[in-house]
Amino acid sequence: MIRLGTRLGQVVPTLLLVSVLVFALQELMPGDPAIVLAGPLRDPVVVAQIRAKLWLDQPIPVQYFHWLGNVLQGDLGFSWRVGQPVAHMIGQKLPVTLQLSAMGFCFALLIGVPAGVISAVKQDTVWDWAVNVIGLAGISVPNFWIGILLILVVCVDLGWLPSSGYVPLTEDWRMSLATTILPAFVLGNNLASTLMRHTRSAMLSALDQDYIRTARAKGLREWTVIVHHALRNALIPIVTLGALELGTLLSGTVLIEQIFSIPGFGKLVVDAVFDRDYPVVQAVVLVTAALYIALNLVADMLYVAINPRLRTG
Amino acid sequence: MPSEHESPGRLALRRFTRRPAAVVGMVVVVLFVAMAVAAPLLAPFDPNATSWSAIRKAPSALHWMGTDENGRDVLSRVLYGARASMLAGVLSALIAAAIGVPLGLIGGLAGGWTDTVIGRVTDAVLSVPFLILAIALAAFLGPSLQNAMIAIGVAAAPAFVRVARGAAIDIATQDYVEAARAVGNPPWRVAVRHVLPNIVPPVLVQATLAIAIAIVAEAGLSFLGLGQQPPAASWGSMLNSAQRFMTQAPWLALFPGLAVFLAVLAFNLMGDGLRDALDPRSR
Amino acid sequence: MTPATMPVLLNVRELAKHYPRGGTLLSRAQAPVRAVDGVSFVLFRGETLALVGESGCGKSTTARLVLRLIEPTAGTVHFEAADITAMRGAPLRKLRRRMQIVFQDPFASLNPRMNVGSIVEEPLVVHGIGDAASRRRRVAELLDMVGLAPEHARRFPHEFSGGQRQRIGIARALSVEPALIVCDEPVSALDVSIQAQVVNLLKDLQARLGLSYLFIAHDLAVVKHAADRVAVMYLGRIVELAPKRVLFDDPRHPYTRTLIAAIPRPDPHGRAQPTLAAGEAASPGHLPSGCRFHPRCPFAIDLCREVDPPMRAIAPDHLSACHRAEELLPWEAVLQRPMAPAAARRLSLYAKLRGEALLGELEAAP
Repeated sequence: MIRLGTRLGQVVPTLLLVSVLVFALQELMPGDPAIVLAGPLRDPVVVAQIRAKLWLDQPIPVQYFHWLGNVLQGDLGFSWRVGQPVAHMIGQKLPVTLQLSAMGFCFALLIGVPAGVISAVKQDTVWDWAVNVIGLAGISVPNFWIGILLILVVCVDLGWLPSSGYVPLTEDWRMSLATTILPAFVLGNNLASTLMRHTRSAMLSALDQDYIRTARAKGLREWTVIVHHALRNALIPIVTLGALELGTLLSGTVLIEQIFSIPGFGKLVVDAVFDRDYPVVQAVVLVTAALYIALNLVADMLYVAINPRLRTG
Repeated sequence: MPSEHESPGRLALRRFTRRPAAVVGMVVVVLFVAMAVAAPLLAPFDPNATSWSAIRKAPSALHWMGTDENGRDVLSRVLYGARASMLAGVLSALIAAAIGVPLGLIGGLAGGWTDTVIGRVTDAVLSVPFLILAIALAAFLGPSLQNAMIAIGVAAAPAFVRVARGAAIDIATQDYVEAARAVGNPPWRVAVRHVLPNIVPPVLVQATLAIAIAIVAEAGLSFLGLGQQPPAASWGSMLNSAQRFMTQAPWLALFPGLAVFLAVLAFNLMGDGLRDALDPRSR
Repeated sequence: MTPATMPVLLNVRELAKHYPRGGTLLSRAQAPVRAVDGVSFVLFRGETLALVGESGCGKSTTARLVLRLIEPTAGTVHFEAADITAMRGAPLRKLRRRMQIVFQDPFASLNPRMNVGSIVEEPLVVHGIGDAASRRRRVAELLDMVGLAPEHARRFPHEFSGGQRQRIGIARALSVEPALIVCDEPVSALDVSIQAQVVNLLKDLQARLGLSYLFIAHDLAVVKHAADRVAVMYLGRIVELAPKRVLFDDPRHPYTRTLIAAIPRPDPHGRAQPTLAAGEAASPGHLPSGCRFHPRCPFAIDLCREVDPPMRAIAPDHLSACHRAEELLPWEAVLQRPMAPAAARRLSLYAKLRGEALLGELEAAP
């Protein structure tokens, strides 16, 4: 409980700082937003009206607090291009990306963890070396390149899966899976390598423990020892550490959604950048940061809750 | 008096060369840099020379990597693209280090509120996923290779803050730092003359890895149209064309992506090797 | 010159350093760790005052408090008659010309990225003394003084052995001609054979340059070689302070007796040393009531458990913090072991023969 309090105490200033940084972004912007919004005619009366409406004639600190107040009430501004409230747009797109991310995370776990286990169990053999090399390659390969190549092979040449578009899970789960499985795989690719490294070191230290030796001495089969004992205990730090890497996953969605034409969060920010739709860009940065911080908090709490040794009483 | 002890530099070099992967990485890095520098000499064609008769030709004896949608030789464009990527990689890493190292150094040595504030700001920047931050910054700054480098540099700076801070705290406990104070050095001189030169090893490792990240990031930004602007050659924008003409010219997707992959892999290998050579404990 | 007539270089009164524990939002404040808890002594010009004790007794902390490398919690430090306790910033840095330090670990006390010449001349550079040429001459001079060659200035620390690095550290400390050098266990990390060399070097330099040393050590054997006066510390306090001869011949604090008894002494009869104290030292975080040493003291009485003995003079030069200092048996008696009769006869025979031979020599000499 106290720990939660301390963590919240650390988190709130960070969040506030993020909000300041995000707000400061618009100071970097070339040009005057009011003029842009006023349209091609640039009627000075309209411009003045817009300026007043957007509080642009107020001193900057006042603008900031006004903006912050709105944000806290759920008002993230209006998109310049579409005219819709940004919060609404984010509400539409975020679940898509979340679905993709969740699937990507599952892929990463399914690939990375067994690879890490093999690498740890067969330490210093050719398998270990091979897995390490593949892992390093996995981190180095640009995920959008893999995406393009996979589309070429799987969708264009083999025609197994559609190469673009998205169907929500609720509509048709089979089509949904078909449209998301490939991008999710690519997304999880980089994370898989990181998880593999985490798993390897977690397993190595788990296998070193005395209780493993006891289990072996008891005559249990090696498989049982590895999976039921070592892995189960190593899994906790792996999953919690992996959850912290979700930020990288979110980064990946930007390019993947672009390639696979999936209307998610990542595509939203890219489109907004090209449309010079700055309120959307600002909101996206803010929401991602808040999400990431919240996720970290949860992961940290979970880690401490599950691992009683870390509790400080 | 004999000089029987090995200098830390020589020791690190020996450890580095003992790992074939690291050496291979370094060799490939040198190759890419050479490629970038010598592109005008190596390229068989002008990378911007369009030719309507040679559109989307598959790889052949004339065009080793084929031609793109404007009839430009892909091989030449890959070679020239190396310039943008290497430049972006190195300069972004430099910017990130120039921002991050002083902040980390000051925070680590000063402690107290300074350290807390710097730490919080670093956390704040880190809480935005890397590419999203880079894109947002590039968006607000305007699309150009220069702005992409600044955006990537800023997004990569927090890692340097962390590394520099940790190393500075480590070094600050050494006796010679206390000796420097005892001799009468003012705090700034202790930091610059004694702590800074000794935090170079971990910062160097981080810089190598940062170059790798920056190359991928630049490719991504160019892919989206936010980095190196066309018609200048860049691996990222080439991949963009590759996707648009995927069905008609599949080879377009292969070579630029391969170039990015190999360059990044090489820097990663070298960075890993440096890390093990400079501090074998951090395995 | 007796100590009483020598000028005072350093005057430390009730110096204390307490480290707070807990007291944050999340944990209750506990009793602070009293690393140094009321230390007072005087250092005269030209002498070597040794500060001895077990690890954790606070001697290194005291040294750093004297040099103002850490801030005292309480107490005063007077150096060359000026109160330097509260000095900060530029005046404090200027003061550093007059007081320097030689560190314990020769491998960690030299910046691995600076060559020896830069290391030794740095104090001169920092205090703006001389120009490049005169500094180079001074560096050569200093290296020569400590027994190294001038060409070593171009080399780097890793090329030297531990003893040599310590000499470099000494050269650095000497460069600005300080009055006081604090030696923080300068030989503890060296081979026994090198230790004597370095201590002799220090004594030579003291004679030549009129230096004063505050010599921190945990090894009484080294102290016996190096010191003029000795202060024994225990758990943050000085428990005994006396000239060297007096301390070793007739220690008047049970803790000092423990330390001296622990010096390995070859004994042809192979009998055990007198054991004088049992158990381990308490930690500075949990101090016992009354006298700090009473849980380990074989002479403890009820008074010792209740009242903390003050440091008092039991002789003009001899201070001890023990209620029963005067009552302790003379050390001679404690050390004395009855000799085997045959050995005693043999020794007296040798003495007699030596005396006769000497007499014969004297008569034969012209």
